[in-house]
Amino acid sequence: MKKNILTINKSTRSMLFTYTLVIGAFVIIQLLRTFKDGGVGAVLEGQLIPICAYVTMALALNLVVGISGELSLGHAGFMSIGAFMGCSAASALAGVIPSAPVRLAVAMLVGAALAGFFGFLIGIPVLRLNGDYLAIVTLAFGEIIKSLLTNVYLGMDSNGFQFSFLENRNILGEGSIELIKGPMGVMNAQRISSFIAGFVLVVVTLIVIFNLVNSRTGRAIMAARDNRIAAESVGISVTKYKMIAFVTSAALAGAAGTLYGCSQVTFTATKFDFNTSILILVFVVLGGLGNMWGSVIAAAALTVLPEALRQFADYRMLVYAIVLILVMLATNNPTLWNWYARFQRKKAEEKGGAEQ
Amino acid sequence: MDFLTLLDYLIRGLSLGSIYAIIALGYTMVYGIAKMLNFAHGDVIMVGGYICFFTMSGLSTSFAEGSLAAAVIPALAGVLLSMVVCTALGVVIEGLAYKPLRQAPSLAVLITAIGVSYFLQNAALLMWSSSPKVFSPIVGNGLLQVGPLSISYVTLVTIAACVVIMIVLTSFTGRTKLGKAMRAVSEDKGAAQLMGINVNRTISMTFAIGSALAAIAGVLLCSAYPTLTPTTGSMPGIKAFTAAVFGGIGSIPGALLGGLLLGIIEIFASAYISTQLSTAVVFGVLIIVLLVKPAGLLGKTVREKV
Amino acid sequence: MKKLLSLALALAMTMSLAACGGGSSSSSSQSGAASGASSTSGSTPGEAANAFKLGGTGPLTGDASIYGLAAQRGAQIAVDEINAQGGDIQFVLRYEDDVNDPEKAVNAYNALKEWGMQISLGSVTTQPGIATSSYNFADSIFALTPSASSPDVISGKDNVYQMCFSDPNQGLASAQYISQQKLGEKVFIIWKSDDNYSTGIKDKFMAEAEQLGLNVVGNATFTTDTATDFTVQLTQAKQKEADLLFLPIYYQPASLILNQANAMGYEPKFFGVDGMDGILTMKGFDTSLAEGVMLLTPFNADAQDEATQSFVKAYQDKYGETPIQFAADAYDCVYAYKQALETAGCTPDMSAADINTKLKETFPTITFTGLTGDGAGITWDATGAVSKSPKGMVIQDGAYVGMD
Repeated sequence: MKKNILTINKSTRSMLFTYTLVIGAFVIIQLLRTFKDGGVGAVLEGQLIPICAYVTMALALNLVVGISGELSLGHAGFMSIGAFMGCSAASALAGVIPSAPVRLAVAMLVGAALAGFFGFLIGIPVLRLNGDYLAIVTLAFGEIIKSLLTNVYLGMDSNGFQFSFLENRNILGEGSIELIKGPMGVMNAQRISSFIAGFVLVVVTLIVIFNLVNSRTGRAIMAARDNRIAAESVGISVTKYKMIAFVTSAALAGAAGTLYGCSQVTFTATKFDFNTSILILVFVVLGGLGNMWGSVIAAAALTVLPEALRQFADYRMLVYAIVLILVMLATNNPTLWNWYARFQRKKAEEKGGAEQ
Repeated sequence: MDFLTLLDYLIRGLSLGSIYAIIALGYTMVYGIAKMLNFAHGDVIMVGGYICFFTMSGLSTSFAEGSLAAAVIPALAGVLLSMVVCTALGVVIEGLAYKPLRQAPSLAVLITAIGVSYFLQNAALLMWSSSPKVFSPIVGNGLLQVGPLSISYVTLVTIAACVVIMIVLTSFTGRTKLGKAMRAVSEDKGAAQLMGINVNRTISMTFAIGSALAAIAGVLLCSAYPTLTPTTGSMPGIKAFTAAVFGGIGSIPGALLGGLLLGIIEIFASAYISTQLSTAVVFGVLIIVLLVKPAGLLGKTVREKV
Repeated sequence: MKKLLSLALALAMTMSLAACGGGSSSSSSQSGAASGASSTSGSTPGEAANAFKLGGTGPLTGDASIYGLAAQRGAQIAVDEINAQGGDIQFVLRYEDDVNDPEKAVNAYNALKEWGMQISLGSVTTQPGIATSSYNFADSIFALTPSASSPDVISGKDNVYQMCFSDPNQGLASAQYISQQKLGEKVFIIWKSDDNYSTGIKDKFMAEAEQLGLNVVGNATFTTDTATDFTVQLTQAKQKEADLLFLPIYYQPASLILNQANAMGYEPKFFGVDGMDGILTMKGFDTSLAEGVMLLTPFNADAQDEATQSFVKAYQDKYGETPIQFAADAYDCVYAYKQALETAGCTPDMSAADINTKLKETFPTITFTGLTGDGAGITWDATGAVSKSPKGMVIQDGAYVGMD
């Protein structure tokens, strides 16, 4: 039986491991929350939904950076579209759909659809570029989305929606809700996200990504990443496949944004700035490019880390920076790898000896 | 009147753009040679600003008020000391954080650079506190009247410094042995090594020069916009990075052109379009330029070979 | 497999850090309290047992850390003074970093809740304040925020109170003051469009100015990303011949505006709000630039009364800086708590919810005299909004002088 697991395809093994990891973590946390006195502690409890959102973001970005091989520095922009639009949809539909989970699901679909649409619009120009130029254009789009959303005022009353830009000119009647309040962002009347919804989103994201990666389309995407010219020469439309990865990723990021937005009392467009994009990129790089379970662990660990460092008080962020640098240095240290490779070889030799 | 306002904005834009250009030079040189985006560059600028601030406020009491020495020596000492400190800092950062990653994927280096950036910001916060310091311009607060226009000395010095740095750097990379070595390394590391160039030392030198430029940029930035906090460098850093890409990353004249254009566009966009959307306009122009010229204004388009 | 090792390493580092956080949790309440205040001088070991656990969140690192640190330090001085006097009411103060981010603020709040916070100083800045206050309400932990000034912070939450003016009130008071004193014929506003505080004041100011017949000739904005060059905004004001610039912004950009207006040779009157306080304490600032600047502020570090002077001295001795209004507000918060707790007869062994109930009854009834507000005292209504009169100040020879 053990041998069977070891002999199955490496990517399948990694996929199974990812599912086991996510489901296992979910079950353990749920058990702790239900049976242990005090649950997982107030701090971790409050972080569960953001962790799910960041894990989804990391997975989505890994699809672009790891699988499709394009560096995106503006993914927080898609998250903010999802957060703003999804939360607006959730508030607007409060009267129509009474069940919170269903409303959240609909809101996520709205957030994902809009973020995916913007991903498509942005993808048209962006994917014609290469390397660092592509990175800077995604950064630019992230900043543009941020500065546009800061100036959006969206309100709803019995007569329908009212929208104004730059200045608040909405005149709202009775029973109105201000959905987006420009620089003041969104204030949620009720927070409908839950940890279970977050878990479902992560699993759905994994299913989407693994299905995509292990399909004909996924192989085309990776072929385009590994060698553009060779891929084109066998008739793969590089732009089309890169676009598929980019739009999928944007839509997933939008759904993550909705999950995040609906868990917060308030958020503003400035939350989703360049630093947030970079933070998510850190998750992806630390977890390993193209490595999905790596992204899951890195996103969760690095979200918890600053909270775990609270005991350092004033030195907290300094310690965080040092940990980040040291981890990068350690994981890329050739001496360590040589040592590890020797260790592996030795083990293989022993095994070989045993078989003889 | 309207034409005058336009001219006034143009000078402002040039001044802002010159600062972006000097910062962008640092980005572009490091990128050209080490092929890495040094996100900590903006924070080296901040350190340069602080060193100059403390030197100047420390020395200004030891000279007679109003004397020539009081006007020149603290400023000069401040600029020189901040250049020395930043150069040392740049070399130390490179040696400790980037050199071990020479063989690592470029994204790993990028993340390390971000770590260094966090580190510098938070170290500055602990050492120098978060309360803003007001920088007194290295050349005083004077104004030069040119007809109906008034231009501050700081603006003049900024633009002049930018031009001088540009000329020095171009002749340095074009004429000197080290400069040629730098260009060789940026073309092809392996071939350069075979020709007997010490690649590691060349890269360290590039960091040293880039960081010295950052110190100058820091002093000029704080002279033009005289408040100094631990996060002073981050936004200009990102904008200068944009400027470097705008002009064609890796290209020295490109960094100058990109920086100047970015500064002018930023001022004009807030003057004639909307102050709320000026950042969006700047980045919008960037996107359009990159669509027309995918390698930036002066960047080399490298043909991909099979 | 290479990745497995790299992750294992990363994970091990994280876990070891997390573990030493968890392992020392029994002692972390005390060390946290001490380190949160950098150095709680004169704190006796047994103090935690019979003292109220007072917690607050604020940006202690990052862009906005100047406000968070000021509030933390102001509150710490008050706590030290009260503990040194040794009355019935003793406090243990713990501030947690929220980096001016609502999400982190909730984490910080939860960390304080785990620590056993009984009464809260809310959050220092507005956006985190909106987030944490709704948790304060849900958990029935009483909050008195020193400086989160948006009405959204207190609206709908009967146990969240403010020590600072609310933003609309500042806009209202400024418009009335300018109109009464006939300070300007043509008013121009420069405000920060991605900031809650600035937008709140400006909106109310515009509405009130229209009512009062003030002539607002225009307004211009800036954002965090563009808070360096104000030439454009100032040129617009100059072209509209504005003679009064209203600046509902914090003092750091305001100092740049003063500087650049001076460089342009443009000399209107400037009128600021409480965020302007602190401009004179900036290290290296040429105070002659601020000559004649008017502002409405509840606190004046140069005031001659004994309370202010001893606070300013204590602050300077301990932190080497002159306190800004945030520090004074936080200092007042702690003393207001002391008075309210005494009046209500609360003891440190009571639960947070019981204290909450008592304080909700007590706060609207007390009149508190502190550093902020004029001599008439500070009162609160049951919604949590503060009522204190702002002082109109004008800067002359590098110091505040009261104007009437």
